[in-house]
Amino acid sequence: MTNSSSQASTHALSTRRIGLAIVILLILIFSLAPILWQLLTSFKTTADIAAIPNVYFPKQLTIEHYTEIFRRQPFLRYMFNSGFVAITSTLLCLLIGTPAAYALARLKLPGEQIVLAATLIVTLFPYILLFLGLLELVRTFGLANHYLALIVPYTAMNVPLTILVMRSFFQQLPRDLEDSAKVDGYSTVQMLLQILMPLTLPALVTTGILTFIAAWNEFLFALTFITRESMKTIPVAVAQLSGTAVFEIPYGALAAATVIGTLPLVLLLLIFQQRIVQGLTAGAVKG
Amino acid sequence: MAQLKLRALNKTYNPQVVPLKDLSLDVQDGEFLTLLGPSGCGKSTTLRLIAGLEQPTRGEIWIGDRNVTEQAPGDRNIAMVFQSYALYPHMTVYDNIASGLKLRRMPASEIRQRIEEVNRFLGLDGLLKRKPGQLSGGQRQRVALARALVRRPDVFLLDEPLSNLDALLREQVRAELKQIFSDQNAPIVYVTHDQTEAMTLSTRVAVLNDGYLQQLDSPKRIYTRPANRFVAGFIGSPQMNLLPLKCDQNCAMLGRYPIPLPDRIRLPEVILGIRPEHVRLARPGETSTLQGQVMLVENLGMSDLLSVQVEGTSIGLRALLSPDQSWGEKNISLVLPAESLHWFDPQTGDRLP
Repeated sequence: MTNSSSQASTHALSTRRIGLAIVILLILIFSLAPILWQLLTSFKTTADIAAIPNVYFPKQLTIEHYTEIFRRQPFLRYMFNSGFVAITSTLLCLLIGTPAAYALARLKLPGEQIVLAATLIVTLFPYILLFLGLLELVRTFGLANHYLALIVPYTAMNVPLTILVMRSFFQQLPRDLEDSAKVDGYSTVQMLLQILMPLTLPALVTTGILTFIAAWNEFLFALTFITRESMKTIPVAVAQLSGTAVFEIPYGALAAATVIGTLPLVLLLLIFQQRIVQGLTAGAVKG
Repeated sequence: MAQLKLRALNKTYNPQVVPLKDLSLDVQDGEFLTLLGPSGCGKSTTLRLIAGLEQPTRGEIWIGDRNVTEQAPGDRNIAMVFQSYALYPHMTVYDNIASGLKLRRMPASEIRQRIEEVNRFLGLDGLLKRKPGQLSGGQRQRVALARALVRRPDVFLLDEPLSNLDALLREQVRAELKQIFSDQNAPIVYVTHDQTEAMTLSTRVAVLNDGYLQQLDSPKRIYTRPANRFVAGFIGSPQMNLLPLKCDQNCAMLGRYPIPLPDRIRLPEVILGIRPEHVRLARPGETSTLQGQVMLVENLGMSDLLSVQVEGTSIGLRALLSPDQSWGEKNISLVLPAESLHWFDPQTGDRLP
């Protein structure tokens, strides 16, 4: 009796596990399918790409599309442009946003609520509406085809988010820690660098990556403010890839360019995965 | 080493919020002074002012012959143990303990020697390479103590260091604290709202209420001769009976029972204080007893706490009796020993005479 009932329960358990596995698989396919399709396309021969019915399992793989985009266009240059703009605006964002967040979290400032509300409103503001104004500014200051034309707006758009995330992180850091550091004899700068910085690292990485992704993927400003070929960023360059003939759409090259453009982000997330989870759940559980 | 002196120390946030009103006191070398009071009485503010984490509105703080009122916390050479221990989570135990010494540019060999020394009586062996997150509450507490002790500061400050420990551990650490600090040759200021801690650890206790110093005395005198009605009610558990009574000539009238007043007291009304543990059962044939009805018996384990309504009045009197005595189910006759009575002025609350 016991035996059969325990058998039944293991049986039920395994059906549950199989069911769970199937559901997970379905969700994975649902979210990864476009990316996998793109990846597959980038390795298929041009003939296979155009073939009807679709070729799901190509007999022949090629890296011709990858060599092609690097041969026909300065793709490394585009990547450098994107990287430079994204890294610079991320660093600026953290440099400006973190001290501001600390001040808002720790000091009793008059009008603190107003500052916070304003910050929040800025993050909610549809950025398309800023577009014409920014265009005027870029023209007035002669910043067209200059990295600053992208770095400044990217930084400005992401500082509010940095402030909000970092502020809530600072708030959950125990105040005793700072008091203890002061009694121990740390100066304010030493305390910030040696005590607070190491503790804020997960949050810094998380907000930094969010900013980096936003800057790396931004399209509209990059398309408008930059026209010189050597200054273009990846998203714009990918969109402007053209075939050898007017009516030819270079699917293979597009797919390859997309994969190349996404790769740095994927690597970044894989490297910092642990830290990001820490940053997002920081303060959720009492340490 | 150095004496700690507070002179008319005042902290005012705004006219309504004045946590500390002109506090003056001295703490000698090796003296263990406890600041005791209910929450919001200004005890933590006092500690933070001594540490320099907040600036006083008025008044001065002296350590030895240095006026440290304007100095930064790091320059005062004090060590503080926080309620939350405030260990640096990203540093090992060793680095936590050493941080204050490193900042003072002490040679590494001396740091190691000092930590070893503190180690010996705090028993931190095997923990030095761990991070605070891997320690139990009691161990973190020791590390926080070690961090204060290695500094050999001019003043020790402790802010409710036992309140995060569970009850059993708390008693054990309390005893350890007493041993550790009895060897220290510096003023120690300890903040707590727990009167048992204050009584067991201190050489002197400063009872604070509402920003004012109520009494500064040895634990024994705080218990036996409370300076006013607040201290009488705050110290001791169960709480002292405080009965407002009318006077008739040289007796206070508890219902129809006259209680003789000390010679010099001549007031229309007084407050009579007597601790429940000093009320006793009347022996057979004893005179000057008072009769009452037992309203409630609470069993506290080693004794029973009785709530008695004094005959012919609505006055309730609590008495702590050992359970091996026997008394009537309803009616009881009690004695208030004259030597255990406290008298307070109902207007000022001050002790009489």
